[in-house]
Amino acid sequence: MAYNFKEVARKPERFTGGHRMCAGCGAPVVIRQILRALKPEDHAVISAATGCLEVSTFLYPYSAWKDSFIHSAFENAAATISGAEAAYNGMRRRGKLDQEGETKFIAFGGDGGTYDIGIQALSGAMERGHDMVYVCYDNGAYMNTGIQRSSATPMFADTTTSPVGRESQGKNQRKKDLTEIMVNHHIPYVAQTAAIGNLKDLYEKAEKAIYTKGPAFLNVLAPCPRGWRYEASDLMQINKLAVDTCFWPLYEVVEGKYTVNYKPKNKLPVVEFLKAQGRFRHLFKKGNEELLDMIQKEVDRRWERLLSLEASN
Amino acid sequence: MSKREEKIYSPDVGWKDITHGGTITTAGNAELFLTGDWRSMKPVWLKDKCKQCLMCYYVCPDTAILIDENGKRIDFNYNHCKGCGICYKVCPFKAIDFVNEI
Amino acid sequence: MAIRERLSGNEAVAYAMKQINPDVVAAFPITPSTEIPQYFSAYVANGEVNTEFIPVESEHSAMSACIGAQAAGGRAMTATSANGLALMWEMLYIASGARLPIVMACVNRALSGPINIHNDHSDSMGARDSGWIQLYSESSQEAYDNMLMAHRIAEHPDVLLPVMVCQDGFITSHAIENIELLEDEKVKEFVGEYKPAHYLLNKENPIAIGPLDHFTHYFEHKRQQAEAMRNAKKVILEVADEFYKLTGRKYGYFEEYKTDDAEVCIVVLNSTAGTAKFVVDKMREEGKKVGLVKPRVFRPFPAPEIAGALARFKAVAVMDKADSFNAAGGPLFTEITSAVLAHGATGPKFINYIYGLGGRDVKADDIEFIYNKLLEIAAPGKVDSIYNYIGVRE
Repeated sequence: MAYNFKEVARKPERFTGGHRMCAGCGAPVVIRQILRALKPEDHAVISAATGCLEVSTFLYPYSAWKDSFIHSAFENAAATISGAEAAYNGMRRRGKLDQEGETKFIAFGGDGGTYDIGIQALSGAMERGHDMVYVCYDNGAYMNTGIQRSSATPMFADTTTSPVGRESQGKNQRKKDLTEIMVNHHIPYVAQTAAIGNLKDLYEKAEKAIYTKGPAFLNVLAPCPRGWRYEASDLMQINKLAVDTCFWPLYEVVEGKYTVNYKPKNKLPVVEFLKAQGRFRHLFKKGNEELLDMIQKEVDRRWERLLSLEASN
Repeated sequence: MSKREEKIYSPDVGWKDITHGGTITTAGNAELFLTGDWRSMKPVWLKDKCKQCLMCYYVCPDTAILIDENGKRIDFNYNHCKGCGICYKVCPFKAIDFVNEI
Repeated sequence: MAIRERLSGNEAVAYAMKQINPDVVAAFPITPSTEIPQYFSAYVANGEVNTEFIPVESEHSAMSACIGAQAAGGRAMTATSANGLALMWEMLYIASGARLPIVMACVNRALSGPINIHNDHSDSMGARDSGWIQLYSESSQEAYDNMLMAHRIAEHPDVLLPVMVCQDGFITSHAIENIELLEDEKVKEFVGEYKPAHYLLNKENPIAIGPLDHFTHYFEHKRQQAEAMRNAKKVILEVADEFYKLTGRKYGYFEEYKTDDAEVCIVVLNSTAGTAKFVVDKMREEGKKVGLVKPRVFRPFPAPEIAGALARFKAVAVMDKADSFNAAGGPLFTEITSAVLAHGATGPKFINYIYGLGGRDVKADDIEFIYNKLLEIAAPGKVDSIYNYIGVRE
């Protein structure tokens, strides 16, 4: 189905205002658009890992989710939703659920709840083949607890547990490539996306992920103005820079076949993305040119590899 | 709102009336919670300049820009708008102003 | 007509699960409970049940999946032991806190470390304050019966708490005994349908479960949960009464064995009660007035009832198959003595024996030694040591 911006806008809103995410948070924009990809007649059961999204959207007695929602713990959003999906199959088989439309199962976790503490439950659920979508909203640190480094934190970012100091230039390790790890689960659909432009890429990938039978994984960039230290109003500009520098490539893997969905005509140097954020400010001090060069080489290496994977389909 | 629900929302709800395990049965009721007082800056819709492109609608993290039954955006829901300014930055027609909250 | 069979404890539990035919079973293998998901998978594979079986990648995910399934509106069950239960720890509290009536078979095994696969009660005793109802079973028969009663207790609207049915690893889980089973239809009728008031899969009335619950509401939720555990006391007896009418097998909070005129008494859980009954019979023949109390329900703890039952003895030994490492006594002992004190019984002298850790065999001679010690104390003598070990090499 072609993406009709105006038509899609008229689909029911499934995520309400009145939640307590920070002003300008990148995550709710992503969540709203993903949920919009649900068919209006379908119901969703949504699980969330403990994290910003969960604690800000379901503070007793207020839930911002118009669909059914469950949070149980930090590391198990995938396992929890897999249980709900199994119950759906079991109960439907027994004729216990006589209702119109389908029920879809979506788990949301931040990078902490997904790349780190939740990777086991995620890997298990994906391997078992539940008909579900796991969405990682990647803001590159444990933002909920106050910007601690995660395995998704980019190299040299300043966080509260990888602080810049006399002996440290921020996080000393590379960012884990979770999307590739999920590709290697050989599940039907894996995609990396972000809220850029008219949010078409995000919508279409969400729709495919939700309506592909079996497990699907979406890794979505979700900038955090507090943790990344940029002006909250710049969300869409930051998203665009992440994509135009190829720091965050948009691509999908369907049954093992790679498609790079966006190839910038003018691939920007990664410094354009870095200099917009306070967490990388120390890299622009004199003498740190080598570090910037290292980041650029890493981005280039991953981008080239991705293009070659696409070429070798 | 039913009597039972009123009790649930009441800040002095007792343990006999509170919902089991914190489950709530009124999905989407966060709408009742107002976050408008978080604002220090305020977006202002300049209706005349607006081309109804709906970019602002999509990028609002707070579902504070709603559309009517004809698919047209209406004025801000200041009950929820936190004043982040994303809509202001994204508007291609300068149809949103961003001013100090008074 | 009841069906006469010979089954091990694990087979009995798996058979009960087959008859219950829950919507979802999520389990991970761990000795000695592994056979339960094995048998159950075979039922699934052969179409004898139409349950969704989730072969999860860890016990943490087993309990998480049970939580998701039960919240979704299905009946969810699992089985585990020892470290598996420990890995579920976080989720045990969340299951009870969310008031989800999940049923678990816990095949008791010693907790690491060091690692040990044999029976003691350190696993379930560690989970005693997790908000789960705990039923203990002396035999395969009791494990089977407790499983059949578990859903009725858990799902009662005044309760809505998860239930853990415990039995001794290997000793009962792998030992084949005579057992009386109920017919499938009778089980189905007795257990009934699960009809939650609210559930995730109800499209007409979507709900949200598991909020961030601040100091403004958390305490009220916990107070309500505590009340549910109090309510369980009444429900456990009502269900037992109905079960008695169906099977002729009687269950209460605890079983008293030859206590009527007893002067001294041992309190012990699970299979060791069987050995103790043998010793009681033998000593009774010698004219010694000894008796036994075997708790079945440890959570909720029947404090006034057990205090009342023990008040008339001169001396009581509580045997714990788990140590609390608290320099004060094992979990059953501290629980019982505090109940006795709180409910005003001042008569009996109490001593504690930690026994059988890591599967160390407890022999009839050991139990006879304890009874003789109690008779000395009752003589009257004095208690020279309250917190003791038996069966450990000095």
